[in-house]
Amino acid sequence: MSASVGKSITRVDAYDKATGRAKYTDDLCDRSALIAKVVHSTVANGLVTAIDTSAAEQIPGVVKIVTCFDVPDRPFPTAGHPWSTDPHHQDVADRLLLNRRVRYYGDDVAAVIAENEVAAAQAVRAIRVEYEEYPVLLDVFDAMKEGATQLHEGYPNNILAHTQIRNGNYEAAIQEPGLLKVEGWYDTPTVQHCHIENHICCAHMEAGRIIITSSTQIPHIIRRCVGQALGIPWGKVRVVKPYIGGGFGNKQDALYEPLCAYLTTQVGGRLVKLDCSREETFVSNRVRHAIRTHIISWVRPDGTFAARKVECFANQGGYASHGHGVCAKGMGAFPQLYPCPNVEGDAYTVYTKRPVDGAMRGYGIPQAMFAGESHIDDVAKALGLEPLAYRRKVVMPVGFKDAFSKNENYFDTFNQVLDKGMAYIDYQRKYKEYQNQAGPVRKGIGCAVFWYNTAVWPISLESSSCRMVLNQDGSIQVQTGETEIGQGCDTAYSQMAADAVGIPVEDVHIVSTQDTDVTPFGTGAYASRQTYIGGFSIKQTGTLLKERILKYAVELTRQTYTNLDLVDGKIIRKSDGRVLMTLGELATEALYSLTHSQHLTAESTYQIQNNAYSFGCTFAEVEVDIPLCKVKLLNIINVHDCGTLINPALAEAQVHGGMSMAIGYGLSEQLLFDQKTGRSLNNNLLDYKLSTFMDHPHLEAQFVENAEPTSPYGTKALGEPPACSGAPAIRNAIFNATGVAIDQCPMTPHVLFAKFKEAGLI
Amino acid sequence: MYDMAAFYEASSVQDAVALRLAHPEAQIIAGGTDVLVQMREGKRAGKALISIYGLDELRGVSMETDGTIRIGSLTSFSHITKDPIIQKYINVLGQAVDMVGGPQIRNAGTIGGNTCNGVTSADSASTLVAWDAVVELTGQNGKRLVPIQQFYIKAGTVDLKPDEIQTGILLPKAAYEDYYGYYIKYAMREAMDIATTGCSVNVKLSEDKKTIADARIAYGVAGPVPMRAPSAEAAAKGKPVSMDTVAAFGAKVLDDINPRDSWRASKAFRQHIAVELAKRCLMESIRLAGGAI
Repeated sequence: MSASVGKSITRVDAYDKATGRAKYTDDLCDRSALIAKVVHSTVANGLVTAIDTSAAEQIPGVVKIVTCFDVPDRPFPTAGHPWSTDPHHQDVADRLLLNRRVRYYGDDVAAVIAENEVAAAQAVRAIRVEYEEYPVLLDVFDAMKEGATQLHEGYPNNILAHTQIRNGNYEAAIQEPGLLKVEGWYDTPTVQHCHIENHICCAHMEAGRIIITSSTQIPHIIRRCVGQALGIPWGKVRVVKPYIGGGFGNKQDALYEPLCAYLTTQVGGRLVKLDCSREETFVSNRVRHAIRTHIISWVRPDGTFAARKVECFANQGGYASHGHGVCAKGMGAFPQLYPCPNVEGDAYTVYTKRPVDGAMRGYGIPQAMFAGESHIDDVAKALGLEPLAYRRKVVMPVGFKDAFSKNENYFDTFNQVLDKGMAYIDYQRKYKEYQNQAGPVRKGIGCAVFWYNTAVWPISLESSSCRMVLNQDGSIQVQTGETEIGQGCDTAYSQMAADAVGIPVEDVHIVSTQDTDVTPFGTGAYASRQTYIGGFSIKQTGTLLKERILKYAVELTRQTYTNLDLVDGKIIRKSDGRVLMTLGELATEALYSLTHSQHLTAESTYQIQNNAYSFGCTFAEVEVDIPLCKVKLLNIINVHDCGTLINPALAEAQVHGGMSMAIGYGLSEQLLFDQKTGRSLNNNLLDYKLSTFMDHPHLEAQFVENAEPTSPYGTKALGEPPACSGAPAIRNAIFNATGVAIDQCPMTPHVLFAKFKEAGLI
Repeated sequence: MYDMAAFYEASSVQDAVALRLAHPEAQIIAGGTDVLVQMREGKRAGKALISIYGLDELRGVSMETDGTIRIGSLTSFSHITKDPIIQKYINVLGQAVDMVGGPQIRNAGTIGGNTCNGVTSADSASTLVAWDAVVELTGQNGKRLVPIQQFYIKAGTVDLKPDEIQTGILLPKAAYEDYYGYYIKYAMREAMDIATTGCSVNVKLSEDKKTIADARIAYGVAGPVPMRAPSAEAAAKGKPVSMDTVAAFGAKVLDDINPRDSWRASKAFRQHIAVELAKRCLMESIRLAGGAI
């Protein structure tokens, strides 16, 4: 039993964040900074033919205006993926710092640098841009049609990528007599991350290098992207990542760091700050892919699958960003959840004239689960079976091995999480009670499951580096390249480091800030991987530091190495448990010894060549007011198996946040566009209906703890999984209440109005 | 940082009137929950502002000797909700303004600003219209009283002369005595939202509680300005308390209202919801008035 791991200790940054002491990018940016603001395109598809900056230049306080005619013609990639040294696996480089060829309403065409915000804003309004306009195609199927304007060269029909799954023989399998065909189309919306802190960065030059402070999840990747965008050696770029107010994947991308870095070079290296407004964050950062999914299941009367087909069409927007990775991951999750020998899958990622889609919490899986888990209820309905019992019958069995990742379903997790969820929400009683309702207000109950990969292996690099430095008092500094983005990894890392070294958790000083000049290399926070991936390098580095400490202790205590241990910050003689000295005494001696002075540190890299299935489910209970077309969420529970919990209170908080996102995804959130112009209609927090505290019932989070055998701390993914199964559970609850299958989210009153009318309910 | 040309702070109502005349281009600002938002968006960027927010004489709710309820124009939403006079005589108004935005907005936003904006969706507006409120305006020639329905001219425009500020909202005794009302804000979420449609209904029942002596109904977002539904009112007035009356009342609403198609909601959807809200508000008002339905 560890003294630190598995305990609900207070977040290491809790007091600083709650009292406002914690420093974020804007706190760190000197008040002398020049203010940069971006001029965004007011057409969705076109070419900038002229920009008139004369009026803007006359505005007092305007320092410099840079337009798309001024920037280098050097396309660069923005995706926050580890770089691949294999050119075939590198991210698509389709962006310029500012673009003449604009590809969505809100594209970046010019930038103003001014002495203050007011002058910058006035100048942005005073700049006149002329365009040659092309057709606006917002939907994937329109963009794929023959003759549609091509957004980027080399991508016919605007298809950025198309990948396939061909398992068994689908065409032969569907010939089996007696099969029931269940088919559906499921649509998910464009949504935005809505982290509290908008993206902000500032940059200046020092000694011929560019220093950037940024609200990012991925400082080391930003260094590379900025180097690529500016065509300068990557070592000439230094990126500092302080505390950030959330990211959820939006900040797993090079957003405005390359432009801000370029702008400082245009004003003699003066400090330039670029702070996105909320409106810009919605449109000109990244959004989650809207995916249209088509599923056909060929089912035997006993409910088993003879063959299944899935087609996914992801709306990429104007630039590649994370590209096909998201849609491919979503489709890639299909064959495992309900295994079937004959599966045909096609995933398309399609450029359209909409804001750019990148990573967002769940990376294709919320879309895939909305489609897949809605469909499973449709299959159960077609078979006349209770959907939960049906799931248990066909879901991924114990012992299932993933042919690609080599992941294994080691435990009977699905049944365990379903048992917990059913018990909490009183599923069986309510399911019976809610049959055959007739009134205007009806209740329903539904469920959805998910599986989630913990990290990205074997698709891309998984590596973590850690450094530990011992202080005079026996405390240590710990650094990793994985970043704290609000999820609590600084706290989990402190707990694991304390455990690995053998010191109290209070003696671990986690260095929260990543600075690419001094922080060990790491690719940052994404893919729900931090605790799993970081755990390996922390365990390895902690073991290394402990070894060095004990070797030094041999000199001071004259005991054999094998008879010494470090427990709770004390050097122990194992044979009798006697405390020989404290780690502080040892460390002070080591640093100030006149005979053998030594700075005790450890640093190591661990390359992870494993991955782990993470599992869970959501149960939702709703009340549907049919005449008002409104859904009230009465009860909701998520049950997760993310292995052993490092910090149960933080795990619960992580689940609450994901459930809230899933509720908004299911019921209210959607970025809307004017169909004629491509302009976003609701890119603000009033018109974009992020769910509020008042829209949530109590959020119940429970866990099943099956220790993940590949992890030194038995842990696996929990960052993104809580956002994956909520929306389809709500959909299935509405289905249960009304008999109406809503195959799109968000399931707003407008959608329900149309569907209820169609069903003759109103 | 706001792009503000100048900021004039009024020290009295007379001073505010003088500032209005001296700076005709300037915008009046009270709680600032709309004006500052629009200034940040660029819509009112570069404007001069005349602040009346410091005029405490325009704050608070009082009962005048003739029984008129006076609500000072700078009274905040949260104040109105908690005010004992409002709770006793027109509780529905306190409930309605408690649905504006979130707690911070309700502490800063004022009923004067909410009505002077001239927006159809204002949560106070449909109830004030449904209760025959009167707007008090003060200018260089003294006070002027305007029934609130006439105060609204068109979307975003109210009957406020270049020298005037709104100083109070009045509810004459005849307008509230023995009336009981209910408001439903229909929005896309439970807080921090603007009404898709807002419906405020109030009734006066006969002494035996069997007949609807009077019924009034007003909507927000059923047209460009807050509006009454006279056909529906006529369909209920003098009619027995019954489900048939409720149904007739709801059906007649469509003769009066004129919601539009927009990306926020379709006309058909708004009409459907308006009918449903009218029926529910009427039933609840009848219950509050002591009727059985």
